[in-house]
Amino acid sequence: MLYIKCPYCGLRAQKEFSYGGDATVKRPNINEEVSSEDWDNFVYMRKSPRGKHIELWQHIAGCRQWIKVQRDTATHEIFQTAKVTEEIR
Amino acid sequence: MSQPFRLNKEGLINRNKKISFIFNGKKLFGYEGDTIASALIANGIHLVGRSFKYHRPRGFFGAGVEEPNAKLQVEFNGHSEPNVNATEMELVEGLSATSQNCWPSVNFDIGAINNFLKMFFPAGFYYKTFMWPKSFWYKIYEPFIRKAAGLGVASIEKDKERYEHKFEYCDLLVTGSGPSGLASAYAAAKNGAKVILAEDKPRFGGTLLTDDVSIDNLSGKDWAEKIISELKSMPNVTVKNRSQVFGYYDHNMLVMFERVSDHLEKKSKFTPRQRLWYIRAKETILSTGSIERPIVFGNNDTPGIFLSAAAKEYMKVYGVLVGKKPLIFTNNDSAYETALEFKKNNVEPIILDTREEHSSELIDEAKSKGIDIRFSHGVIVANGYKKVKSAKIGKLNKDKNSFEKIETVDCDCICVSGFWTPSVHLASQSGNKLKYEEKIDAFIPNKKKQHETSVGAANGSFTLEESLKNGFENGSNLSAKITDTKTEIAIPNVNEKKYGAHDKFWCMPLPKNENPKRFVDFQNDVSVSDIEIALREGYRSIEHVKRYTTLGMATDQGRTSNLNGLQLVSNIENKIVPEVGHTTFRPPFTPITIGTIVGREVGMEYMPTRKTPMHEWHEKNNAVFVDAGAWKRPRYYKQGNETLFEASKREAKNVRENVGICDVTTLGKIDIKGPDAAEFLNRVYTNAWMKLPIGKARYGLMLREDGIVMDDGTTTRISENHYHMTTTTAQAANVLSHLEYYLQIVWPELNVNVVSTTEQWAGAAIAGPKSRDMLSKLYPDLDVSNDALPFMGYKEADFFGVPSRIFRISFSGELAYEINVKSDHGMFMWEKMMELGKEFGNQPYGTEALSTLRIEMGHVAGPELDGRTIPSDVSLNGLVSKKKDFIGKNSLGREAFNVESRQKIVGLIPIDRKSSIPEGSHIVQDQNAKLPNPKLGHVSSSCWSVENNNPFSLAIMKDGKNMIGKKFFAVSPLKNKSIEVEVISSHYVDPEGKRVRS
Repeated sequence: MLYIKCPYCGLRAQKEFSYGGDATVKRPNINEEVSSEDWDNFVYMRKSPRGKHIELWQHIAGCRQWIKVQRDTATHEIFQTAKVTEEIR
Repeated sequence: MSQPFRLNKEGLINRNKKISFIFNGKKLFGYEGDTIASALIANGIHLVGRSFKYHRPRGFFGAGVEEPNAKLQVEFNGHSEPNVNATEMELVEGLSATSQNCWPSVNFDIGAINNFLKMFFPAGFYYKTFMWPKSFWYKIYEPFIRKAAGLGVASIEKDKERYEHKFEYCDLLVTGSGPSGLASAYAAAKNGAKVILAEDKPRFGGTLLTDDVSIDNLSGKDWAEKIISELKSMPNVTVKNRSQVFGYYDHNMLVMFERVSDHLEKKSKFTPRQRLWYIRAKETILSTGSIERPIVFGNNDTPGIFLSAAAKEYMKVYGVLVGKKPLIFTNNDSAYETALEFKKNNVEPIILDTREEHSSELIDEAKSKGIDIRFSHGVIVANGYKKVKSAKIGKLNKDKNSFEKIETVDCDCICVSGFWTPSVHLASQSGNKLKYEEKIDAFIPNKKKQHETSVGAANGSFTLEESLKNGFENGSNLSAKITDTKTEIAIPNVNEKKYGAHDKFWCMPLPKNENPKRFVDFQNDVSVSDIEIALREGYRSIEHVKRYTTLGMATDQGRTSNLNGLQLVSNIENKIVPEVGHTTFRPPFTPITIGTIVGREVGMEYMPTRKTPMHEWHEKNNAVFVDAGAWKRPRYYKQGNETLFEASKREAKNVRENVGICDVTTLGKIDIKGPDAAEFLNRVYTNAWMKLPIGKARYGLMLREDGIVMDDGTTTRISENHYHMTTTTAQAANVLSHLEYYLQIVWPELNVNVVSTTEQWAGAAIAGPKSRDMLSKLYPDLDVSNDALPFMGYKEADFFGVPSRIFRISFSGELAYEINVKSDHGMFMWEKMMELGKEFGNQPYGTEALSTLRIEMGHVAGPELDGRTIPSDVSLNGLVSKKKDFIGKNSLGREAFNVESRQKIVGLIPIDRKSSIPEGSHIVQDQNAKLPNPKLGHVSSSCWSVENNNPFSLAIMKDGKNMIGKKFFAVSPLKNKSIEVEVISSHYVDPEGKRVRS
């Protein structure tokens, strides 16, 4: 079970969180024209990297905030966590 | 009754307390502090089981967790448990143990015929034999293999015991209370760290209990006691015995299995049997020690053959002799301690040492005590079937591949030592990349991935002095980094015997023309010849050899067999062990009970139960409940001998004719506030929300980004910047997360807050043509006319002194209202409604009637919104705005969503107007067509239409709207039914929706 540092609550067990996918995907702006290709990429196309991956988790049984987690998908090592408004480099 | 193999005074058992127990029907006794194993050995019993494959007689081999053979079926405290390790299970009064894998008895086992047919059961036998004829598999082979599989019998009774889970956090977890573990825990505790010290055995001290050493002029045992009592007195230390740390998982989480009360004769009601600890440790010290490995020789599995350290432990801890004529077979000095212990107890051992004559402190001491030592000697084969009677021993030549002299000596036990293997299981589980240490012929931890440090024998340091130093230093350094405190501790003076070098010898050769079985893995019956076959047949990877031969599998996890197996493979392959590598060590290190894994999450505690504030009323009024997620909802209210079908028909009919009330508390409710709330709803829902007036509700549809319908419900504008959203019961949690996702991540610029208020409001729906009359009774001072409170209207009003919310919304398709009050007043509201509704014929209705009502109206719910439908599939395209953008809008343009023959919702009625159509039925053109019969759609919801008094179903069907009027078959292979149906509109009742507006 992973140990995830919520930027609001501190270190918490994985079972308090739910996974939310790739955090680097950006939704096309609302009310703006978007090409079919860009839209399909946003909805369907995801990378499945082995190694560092910035992903979203929601602290569902805690503060209910969505957060960013940079995790190694092969080793589960967590390098960094951040608020969604913050950048992970 | 005397115990022929019990010493007069040695040991740590309590001789003042006799404990009686039963073994294979025979009443025996032991003492408090005995294990089943030590008590049986004291009684001279060695034959305890039959081996897995060949049903060979097996006895005890070890004295603890390393035991591969002595697994018993044990009954105590009213339950029966298979595969209990006799060397670990403590004796309790009334315990009854029986041998496994034998019939009719362990003494005479018919299955032992396999042993004489062993040439037919080599490695891979099952893979090769049961391939043909194919038709034999189900009826003959599979039942036969099933019967032969496994050892004990799992109980089919409900487990009445209590099991618990515990979550714990600490600075330092120490796994094992041998010298290095005690030293680490002590040093860390002195630095103020929060320490957990876990010991698998009942007694703390590990090898200190059995080794002839002194620390600061105390015996090992006394020193351990002193340290333990000091640790126990410290508030920052938790000391646990009977607790096995069996798994090392991600981010330094370790799992520990505590046997809380299996050793207790009586316990209080709420004492759990076993407890599972999830321990998150900042640092972990792995002081798991080492396990002695055997030397492989002929018939080395015969009862009476022990690991030499186990024999010593039986004497020193339990006061039990494993035999009175011991042969000690060793390649190193540690077995000499066993020999000296025998000698001390007036038993004359013979030592067979594979090394050439030389001297060391221990050898000299043995010599001076007059012990018979034979260098360059080893056991070739053990004689005796159910117990060792003698051994053929041989003098090895210089190359140790043949014999200079062979003779037979009498003996009643053989104590074997092939040097020591560090227990690296936890380190390896943590991700540590092990390295092969030539000096000790074994793997030790090397490159760590997590916060773990192996110390003492687990790290390949086999002297007490090193272990203590190692322990104190690591315990101190690791904890100092956490606590920022460093207390100097003087490393104690140690007195121990110096060991000479061991012999790199691990398997006895066989003389010509002799071919006894030489076992490598006792538990899985894997012998030297099995490994040879696997390699001959081309298996090269050690992982493949493991799977083909079963070497090191199952509960044993290769504790005593691993390295000998690797040595064998490397010898045959002419490789060195590090090139062969090792197989993966998997948790759990030792078997744990399923009960412990499950913990308290059984029966009613499997998941939380959510009850509405009116639950008690439903119970009192014969409600039959149905699970809706964690919620309990009344499915119907049973009157007399009514069936579900009759009751739901009566309830639904009453709503159509009079008025009914339904507990709708479980619907998801989300409070939405903020100046941008309307804009947010406008983006979340497919329809327009910018112009909803205050005091009005609107039905809304939300999609996922891929265009699929996510949920539906009504949202009401309570005030300027305040909305009340409802969701379906099932999607409440998902919708909230969904809204939070968009507010926090996608559109953080929107000033909106959302919060779940599902639990805060109790809700009741009042539905039926007489609902307005009833409402006026409930609100005598309120104008409830169609003009004052029209369809989709909203009012806040006083309900007999309680603030309430009235929504004029309808799911049943009738004139209907929904009243919400604070949860605390839910019961008051409900009872008042029942009381004042009487004159209108009001009856409560459950989810079954609710479904009937919505199905015949053609209202969609979960079965239609099944994660595959878009709005136009379910006739909701009227709610999709063309003018504005919203979540999922761009996906609706996808080609596949817009083809003419796209699936659509339709209604179905059986041609005979009588046969109910099973939900899930497939719609086909020709019921007799050859399979696979092309599927045109499926039945999503079915009911008995109370309006038309015949069955009616909703279906999602290809090109549905153009199929109206046509006939098909609804086939359900599951129910073995095929019903001819006609396609009609999905709006079976009141298609214009007049009633809701009346």
